[in-house]
Amino acid sequence: MFWNEKAECMNKEEKEKLQLERLKKTVKLAYENVEFYKKRFDEIGLKPEDIKTLKDIEKIPFTTKSDLREAYPLGLLAVPREEIVEIHASSGTTGKPTVTGYTQNDLDVWGECIARGLKMAGAEKEYIIQNAYGYGLFTGGFGIHHGGNKMGAITIPISAGNTQRQLDTMVDFQSDILTCTPSYAMYLGESRQKAGIPLEDINLKSGIHGAEMWTDEMRKRIEESLGIITHNIYGLTEVMGPGVAQECDEQNGMHIQDDHFYPEIINSETGETLDYGENGELVLTSLTKTGMPILRFRTKDLTSLIADKCECGRTTVRMTRITGRSDDMLKIKGVMVFPSQIEKALLRIEGASPNYLIHVTRPDILDEVEVKVEASKELFSDEIKEMEKLEKQIQASIRSETGLRVDVTLCEPESLPRSEGKAVRVIDERNL
Amino acid sequence: MAIQISVFIENKEGRIKKAIDTLAKVGVNIRALSVGDSSKYGILRLIVSDNEKAITALEEDGFIVKKSEVIVIAVPDKPNGLNSTLAVLDDANINLEYIYAFVSSQPDEAIVAIKVEDTEKAVEVFEKSDVKILKNEELEKI
Repeated sequence: MFWNEKAECMNKEEKEKLQLERLKKTVKLAYENVEFYKKRFDEIGLKPEDIKTLKDIEKIPFTTKSDLREAYPLGLLAVPREEIVEIHASSGTTGKPTVTGYTQNDLDVWGECIARGLKMAGAEKEYIIQNAYGYGLFTGGFGIHHGGNKMGAITIPISAGNTQRQLDTMVDFQSDILTCTPSYAMYLGESRQKAGIPLEDINLKSGIHGAEMWTDEMRKRIEESLGIITHNIYGLTEVMGPGVAQECDEQNGMHIQDDHFYPEIINSETGETLDYGENGELVLTSLTKTGMPILRFRTKDLTSLIADKCECGRTTVRMTRITGRSDDMLKIKGVMVFPSQIEKALLRIEGASPNYLIHVTRPDILDEVEVKVEASKELFSDEIKEMEKLEKQIQASIRSETGLRVDVTLCEPESLPRSEGKAVRVIDERNL
Repeated sequence: MAIQISVFIENKEGRIKKAIDTLAKVGVNIRALSVGDSSKYGILRLIVSDNEKAITALEEDGFIVKKSEVIVIAVPDKPNGLNSTLAVLDDANINLEYIYAFVSSQPDEAIVAIKVEDTEKAVEVFEKSDVKILKNEELEKI
């Protein structure tokens, strides 16, 4: 039931020893080979030798997404180009894309992390993995693919989209595991029902879903509509891609592969390191990557860490579901709002689609919020009266969740923008 | 009673035309139509020659479609004709949701589709008052 029992069930003492040893190596590699890190260290008079304990990591300056953008495209490589074998990049929806170069070692690490996750989701060598993450610069498709190869499972690189083909593949190949974004998983589940394919005709057992935020309500819908147990997966291009952390069947926090990535939680305003259990911004340091080692990367993802051993037997530190992003947080009329709250409010409405777009404007001096929601067959009525009632219902649900009065607009299905299988949730047109 | 199909129309340029285009392409004839609208979207209500064909084509083109029942009645084409027919509903305290007219080739009859809160009751009182109720098949002839 473990892909790598030694690494995943290691005791604390041994793990910390391994982490420190790898941290020292990574710091040395970064300092000696990457101009950016050398400059950062020299500015504050820090030397790689000053890192003597794991706690000393706190002396290292943070790395941010804008640092990576400044180094665009490949300014942070720690190895000569001939050692790089693959490149991925973030979608660049919030600015210039951030790029990561991988050595063969890095791809092996990636494959190893994903293989651990596939095993957590019950995969065996003879399992068919229907990989409906997008293939391309986006890390989702190839990340899962490398893991499937590492495990020796059968990976179908179907990529995202072409729903009919996805359903046919599920039925014809009897795929065991579905990997894709949660919103696409939900769409596939609904499409299966719409197409009248009985659950008995498909053989899916579990799903691995991530790359965007989702809620327990969404999880329930995916699990019911596809007859699977779902596993939340976490990762980011800047650090590696998916597989940094993933849930086991317990669905109680995502196991961080902490022999490869060292996690910290900080107060995103003060930068101060927080304890286990406290909610704050996740900071990650790679421990084994060689192409583009990354030190104390501020993920902007808000979560907390669980140190206790999991029921599944793994001792790796777990991170709770991401509750928001420190830069996703919207301040509307002085109220803090996370897009996930809107999603939660929508999922409380029977038949509502969780595809929404929050459009914030400030026409004069006051903020105005319009929440566009894709209408669905279940919600549609031939009477305006009923449609207005529905809008009011959605409005009330959002109000009880966020305290905000918003304008709700129903729009046609699949009319809201999506990028690379990742839904665009917020358009903020205020000049703040 | 007759089947009406309703289509959700986003308040965006050319959407009604697109829906009608879709029907034209598959050779579905529109017998009657009305648009109910709010400031943000519209509901296109149609009575067509082939419901299933229309629904399949519209859904394939990404529209949200719903089938519902309306009562189609013939009223005398003269002053007070509609009024006296609707009085039947009033007397029975049945609330009218919406109403729209067909183009009819009959010289002495106007055909209207009506949606009420309580369809069964409305049919009952119409039958009692000898109001002529048309079915989808009969609509072919008008």
